[in-house]
Amino acid sequence: MTTYTLQHPEKGLISYTDKKRYLWLSSVFMPIFPMLGILAYFATGSEWALGLPIFFSYVVIPFLDWGIGSDEDNPPEEIVPQLEEDRYYRVLTYITVPMHFIVLIAIAWFVGTHDLSVAALLATAITAGMYSGLGINTAHEMGHKKTALERWLAKIVLAVPAYGHFCIEHNRGHHTEVATPEDPASSRMGESIYKFALREIPGAFFRGWNQEKVRLERQGRSVWHWKNDILQSFAISAVLQLGLIYAFGWIMIPFLLVHNVWAWFQLTSANYIEHYGLLRSKEESGRYERCQPHHSWNANYIFSNIVLFHLERHSDHHANPTRRYQSLRNFDNLPELPNGYYGMYMIAYIPWLWYRVMDKRVLALPHINGDLSKVNIDPDRRDEIYARFGGGGQSPTTPLAA
Amino acid sequence: MAIYECPGCHYRYDEELGDEHEGYPPSTLFENLPDDFICPDCGVRYKEDFERVSDS
Ligand SMILES: [Zn+2]
Repeated sequence: MTTYTLQHPEKGLISYTDKKRYLWLSSVFMPIFPMLGILAYFATGSEWALGLPIFFSYVVIPFLDWGIGSDEDNPPEEIVPQLEEDRYYRVLTYITVPMHFIVLIAIAWFVGTHDLSVAALLATAITAGMYSGLGINTAHEMGHKKTALERWLAKIVLAVPAYGHFCIEHNRGHHTEVATPEDPASSRMGESIYKFALREIPGAFFRGWNQEKVRLERQGRSVWHWKNDILQSFAISAVLQLGLIYAFGWIMIPFLLVHNVWAWFQLTSANYIEHYGLLRSKEESGRYERCQPHHSWNANYIFSNIVLFHLERHSDHHANPTRRYQSLRNFDNLPELPNGYYGMYMIAYIPWLWYRVMDKRVLALPHINGDLSKVNIDPDRRDEIYARFGGGGQSPTTPLAA
Repeated sequence: MAIYECPGCHYRYDEELGDEHEGYPPSTLFENLPDDFICPDCGVRYKEDFERVSDS
């Protein structure tokens, strides 16, 4: 295993070995997992086998996170430049890009050439969508980087789930407005994931489109110019998905529809749990304070982190978005999720359970300490939440005045 | 002409070069960037956070 060393003038010899170095390969192989469902179907002849990848993600992974536990190690800050320069880590992200295309085409071939029941078709489309959702995760890692190659690969992989606006919307929109009531991609206390999805999916699209429009207009170009990064990605989506319909027939239309929506819903799920209830305060200048680590929920669970390129170390990511996945840090006193992302998704899909698990955690955070004026609350449920948690206090009429 | 740097991610805005991708042509002065300019790379730091690092 590679050990990085550095002779520091005050601290002496610093050395660091990344214990997760080869575990990151899991993020590369995760997209293959849906194929195992299909192989199991061929081996057993049972359509139930097609549900295995769903079972694995939503049931087995939460147990693995619970059983294997968390890793709070950080690389020494002095070593981070070497760690970021090590090309091994970024090559892993590159490899996932063609894999997403191959996996979708292979699953489409399977659906197009086998006579499946409606339930089996649905399970296969959801599985495909779950893994294309991981493509959004890969695009997320690469879209934050400064190299032209990584930004291009991000645009290309986003074509698989037809979510070409993501990088622009995410970097320019979500990152600047995160943990504020204005952000359609930050969930509010009392807002169910289903209500959030209807705000997030269209809100993110229009915000991304408007940002691209403003950028192109500054260049003196129309938003419909071929240099529009969103249109470029959607053009690849059109070639891919129309090609699949041409090759495998009308069955591809419901299949791709479910696939796309489920992939988007994976992102919605991640956004929902990443900032639930958290709120940046407004400064006197009228601007929000800069994003701090306590404006994101963090999770250090080993298993779900190694299949998601460290996405769950989200607090450091938002405070330092260009940092590469291998060098993201844990901090003390962060808002901590009680399970990894997949386990939290399952809880989020049952809203009453989510509120039970999370609302008390929001209020117990040291920077909130029960003060509802420091929480991002769903305006429709404000009075109800104040009555329940506000010690009988009245909901203020201008709740966001700092 | 000067260079300004984002203290968070070290993105550099060089007035001489501008930033073509962002739509700021060469010789666009930093002070003439929009007031709501946010670091195009990290999206965390505001215009007033940028540090002047050198004259060119
Ligand atoms: Zn920056």
